[in-house]
Amino acid sequence: MSVLVFVEIKDKLTKAVQETITYGKSLGNVTLLTYGDVSDSLLLETGNFGAEHVLICKSINERNEQLLSNLIINAVKKYNCEYIVLSQDQTGKAVGPRVAANLEAGHISGAISFPEKSDEFIVKTNVFSGKAIAFVSVHTPIKVISILPNSIPPKENKTTALITEINEDLGEARIKVKELKPLGDGIPLPEAELVVSAGRGLKGPENWGIVEELANSLGATTACSRPVADIGWRPHHEHVGQTGVAIRPNLYIAAGISGAIQHLAGVNGSKVIVVINTDPEAPFFKAADYGIIGDAFEVLPRLTSAINNFKSSQ
Amino acid sequence: MKILVCISKVPDTTSKINFVDNNSKFDQNGVQYIVNPYDEWYALVRALELVESNGGTVTTITVGNSSDDPTIRKALAIGANDAVRINANPTDSYFVAKQIADYAANEDYDIIMTGKETIDYNGSQIGSMLSALLEMPFVSLASKLETEGSKAVLERDVQGGLEVVEVDFPFVLSASKGMAEQRIPNMRGIMAARTKPLKVIEPVEQKALTSVVKFELPNPKTGCKYVDPENMEELVELLHNESKVI
Repeated sequence: MSVLVFVEIKDKLTKAVQETITYGKSLGNVTLLTYGDVSDSLLLETGNFGAEHVLICKSINERNEQLLSNLIINAVKKYNCEYIVLSQDQTGKAVGPRVAANLEAGHISGAISFPEKSDEFIVKTNVFSGKAIAFVSVHTPIKVISILPNSIPPKENKTTALITEINEDLGEARIKVKELKPLGDGIPLPEAELVVSAGRGLKGPENWGIVEELANSLGATTACSRPVADIGWRPHHEHVGQTGVAIRPNLYIAAGISGAIQHLAGVNGSKVIVVINTDPEAPFFKAADYGIIGDAFEVLPRLTSAINNFKSSQ
Repeated sequence: MKILVCISKVPDTTSKINFVDNNSKFDQNGVQYIVNPYDEWYALVRALELVESNGGTVTTITVGNSSDDPTIRKALAIGANDAVRINANPTDSYFVAKQIADYAANEDYDIIMTGKETIDYNGSQIGSMLSALLEMPFVSLASKLETEGSKAVLERDVQGGLEVVEVDFPFVLSASKGMAEQRIPNMRGIMAARTKPLKVIEPVEQKALTSVVKFELPNPKTGCKYVDPENMEELVELLHNESKVI
């Protein structure tokens, strides 16, 4: 089986990249496709996860879905790939379905498992904003699989990657990038393994210092509930829940969030949930692994210092 | 300005999710349907705002059967000029995209909008597929949209930041939070919606490329372990040794 794995690489092999290659390797021989200014040493590192052949197109230096889709489609045709694997991140959401539609190939959007042991090609995905799981069968010879970040444990599978630089005419980009406004160096929420989140219980945006301090100690990404984003205490991109970002970290710590069903829908993919709330009746406790009935203003700083002590003793 | 907004019907966000027929079908019993929030709050409302200030029309399009009509009327009550329903059971994303593309191909829309995903299947696929089928540029996860003549400036969510991009009409976008504020339809809008045109057209033939074989509910949590708020060392110990997440 010939598998094309598409990834974006910047200054290191992120977990999302490792997951994507691991998934591809489980399906067959991996040809990795990437673009931009990536060092040879990083490209060679993809061999640690099973990439045998690495194609790099250095002439694309911005994320343009039209050029990237054409790049992927050309490679699929040239190498007769049966599977195309990519990450269901912002780029994946723009490119994956476009490639699938162009090839008239079935697309798995947000795979959370390796294929089932079955005569058909069946993969699990999250549906109803994480309230249920669907088993999706793909009926076409070519299959496009976009995997949800933090779903597949990366596995080393050492091989020597052979690098080929490619240069193709991909047409002219019709979308012009004017400016990039970076959101900081933190790990984006959908890929974060540790998330610290807070809601209206924090009483005002000026009180977020204790949330950020805990996140810094843990190396976690910060998030918030919908009301807090709606009233402008926190930026919209931090809103996790059914109509915000869906996350699946290893650890989700929620302070001063009652746990409405819409919020739970976006976070119930978390492996471990810690809930801090003054109200023992808060519905969130039913979805929690660990509960602390207490005031976030006291509990958060205490937890931060406990984490700091723990880290310094390691 | 001529804008097409793709509208999907989804279970209300507070719905309990259950399945019937050996977990092969969604249990519609007692479920209230709404317009998919991303389609309504962001795509549709921004389309209306643009047309209100620049002139033009907003048409909604839905792939579904007559049970979709109440949610389509809701979109008309919020302010869309007219609606199209392609009379078919939406089997998979490609099927839906194909139907919409087939209709839109002859209509000269300046902007085609979708929500960034539906809250039932969360596929985030239709916009991207439409852009492939219609050979148009696609601005995904857009949180801001301004137009100037026949071009648009948008802000979109990319890895690690927000990108400001410029694109000429026609193009496809998927709308995410921030693009507009939710609008509640007023009585006049609701009355007017009853008589606004809702055109029903028959689908083009297209096989589904994927199908859902069955559904499953996630394992429920086994119970919450309470930790003394004075003793955060214990919580750290549990997170490290018991659940091994730090």
